[in-house]
Amino acid sequence: MSLWRGLLASLWTTLRQLRRRDTLEYPEQEPKLGERWRGRPVLTHDPDGEERCVACELCSAVCPTQCIALEGADRPDGRRFAQSFRINFARCIYCGLCEEACPTLAIQLSPEYAFAKTERGDFVYHKEALLIEGTGKHPEYRYYAHAGVRTQALPKPVHCDPRSNLP
Amino acid sequence: MAGLMLLFAQIVAMLVTLLVLLGIAGFLVFAERRVLGLLQNRLGPNRLGPLGVGQALADAVKLLCKEDFVPPFASGLLYRAAPILVAFSALAGFAVLPLAPGISWAGDWEIGLLLILALSSLHVYGVFLGGWSSNNKFALYGAIRAVAQLISYELPLGLALLALVLLAGSLALQGLGAAGQPVPLIVYQPLGFLIFFIAGIAETQRLPFDLAEAESELVAGYHTEYGGMRFGYFFLGEYLGLVLIAALISLLYLGAWSGPCLPGWLWMSLKTGVVIGIFFWLRASLPRPRYDQLLHWGWNALLPLSILNLLLTAIAAALWGTL
Ligand code: SF4
Ligand code: SF4
Repeated sequence: MSLWRGLLASLWTTLRQLRRRDTLEYPEQEPKLGERWRGRPVLTHDPDGEERCVACELCSAVCPTQCIALEGADRPDGRRFAQSFRINFARCIYCGLCEEACPTLAIQLSPEYAFAKTERGDFVYHKEALLIEGTGKHPEYRYYAHAGVRTQALPKPVHCDPRSNLP
Repeated sequence: MAGLMLLFAQIVAMLVTLLVLLGIAGFLVFAERRVLGLLQNRLGPNRLGPLGVGQALADAVKLLCKEDFVPPFASGLLYRAAPILVAFSALAGFAVLPLAPGISWAGDWEIGLLLILALSSLHVYGVFLGGWSSNNKFALYGAIRAVAQLISYELPLGLALLALVLLAGSLALQGLGAAGQPVPLIVYQPLGFLIFFIAGIAETQRLPFDLAEAESELVAGYHTEYGGMRFGYFFLGEYLGLVLIAALISLLYLGAWSGPCLPGWLWMSLKTGVVIGIFFWLRASLPRPRYDQLLHWGWNALLPLSILNLLLTAIAAALWGTL
């Protein structure tokens, strides 16, 4: 008996679904992304319009798929910057670790999710393609207002003589 | 000369029948996916053509374009023969199936029903040889399951039909259809109908009786090693078998071509379509039973019930006469 009840119940259950559709017809209907959606990483500028990245390589070190490669250099004013910056999106898993590691909030995950390509090589984005106008998610943050300013080198510290008992 | 012309016309007409059947099978694959989608709150294929009908065509083209291969470890001849056997046994059954009185190739052949039963046994061979010749353990498991299942469910199927034959006094499908004319035979044979319906689904090896395929445990069962059009033949066999069983159900139990207003063949097609729809609905709803449960139901429930049904029918026929 319970068998028949189960059969009828499942038949009724599927019949009730006739009015419901959960499928999103993707290219025509855009999905509603969560506020903290993690899409393609981008490089941002600070409020003054300077590139935020200081080429510390923390993002590239933390990236679990090792898809970030960059080279740093010194600007004439002494500030570090990324001479080149490459991310291979064929390998990126959008984990967001680079964003968390970045001390300058330069690298940020954008909501962009649809960038399929037909050539594998096209997935390697260079610095020009990665840089966006503006400050991204953190409009106020200016790293150099807090740290990273080159100070005057201190005179060489005088060490005490460990062999002597005298102060 | 006139005889030759007639022969030629017949051959052309048979070819057209064949093509129509293939078209129906292709369409059903699409229709099933669509209906399953609607019943499981999805959409199903809806991109190509109106409502997505083009999907049927695209699938056919894909199957035809795929590489035609025989795995090196398979035994070639049987491997090649099995799918053809399956497709043939499903197709040949339509030769005796009448759409309406007079609309069939051999509908009043006295052994029409026997031919269909024999062809369904041939189908078992096709399935088993396919699994056996693949030399693959999953295919073999699938084949063994298929054979055990088909044999176990063929018995109640045959016995249910026997009661019907007893009642109608004919083995010709047209005669059986005519027997259900004023009153559909389901009125006399409710139990027989239920048995035939269940055993019929089991014969087509579709969910909830698709243990021979059982994707979740056996990869794809007996046709694991098949690809391209050979796989297509198995598919064809499955869907044509579905049509055949649905058509048989409507012919034998649901009053065949009787119905108001519309012409007989249309009624027959409509009834078949509705039964196919019910098959789809069952597939969307029911889970696959365990293998021992399946055989248990077949032997311990369906078979005694069908014997009981036959006995009761025989007694009733002796008391009140046949139709
Ligand atoms: S999101 Fe993850 S995988 Fe992608 S670049 Fe950043 S750290 Fe690497
Ligand atoms: S993006 Fe951030 S973490 Fe990566 S090198 Fe630049 S400053 Fe360092």
